[in-house]
Amino acid sequence: MINIKTFAQVREITGEDSLALPLPDGCNTVSQLKSILAARSANWQQVLADGVLCAVNQELGDDDSQIKDNDEVAFFPPVTGG
Amino acid sequence: MFAEVTDAALDEQAYNTRLKAKATNAGAIVTFTGLVRDYNNEGGIDGISLEHYPGMTEAAMMKLLEQAKMQFDLRSAGIVHRYGFVGNHEPIVWVGCAASHRKAAFEAAEFVMDMLKKSVPLWKKEHQDGDATWVAAKASDEEAAMKWLNQK
Repeated sequence: MINIKTFAQVREITGEDSLALPLPDGCNTVSQLKSILAARSANWQQVLADGVLCAVNQELGDDDSQIKDNDEVAFFPPVTGG
Repeated sequence: MFAEVTDAALDEQAYNTRLKAKATNAGAIVTFTGLVRDYNNEGGIDGISLEHYPGMTEAAMMKLLEQAKMQFDLRSAGIVHRYGFVGNHEPIVWVGCAASHRKAAFEAAEFVMDMLKKSVPLWKKEHQDGDATWVAAKASDEEAAMKWLNQK
């Protein structure tokens, strides 16, 4: 399974703050995971097209970041703290 | 060093005391407190709320402090950031940097704030007339962070 978390606008637009998905064979990058999520709904497609950031196991990552079973992958908009 | 998030009011005096206790032999402490402004580009606001990523937010802040410690030879440093609702004029973030000399402490505090705005998972919403709107990331914040990254 892959554990997905969302924050801020990504959470609100997708309506899913966390979900666990089985990791299909051959899916081992963030970019491949994004394609799977985009197929879930138009809302997911919208947030993923929108300059979304990601973290793998709580470290900032990018489309090429490797993912494996039991990883935590988070999607969120550019940060605005401080 | 310490990096924390809290939904309680910030106690700047307590953090300052804590930093001083950790910063043996420091010759300078620079602290920064960010406050909630009561307006944005469109007019008055009624406060903000902050969302964070429990675990990653603290880890990202600690990583930033470690970077600052190396780069500016700090004796110690700390960050405390609010989450949840923060009213107008209330402190939202506290940063303290202790170094042997003032220049390093000033620079480190600026570095930590510039990088925090770019790399720590926190998201602001502004409340206005019963509505709440997510704050968009600012190009000027991006540029401030890039300035430090390009220096390396």
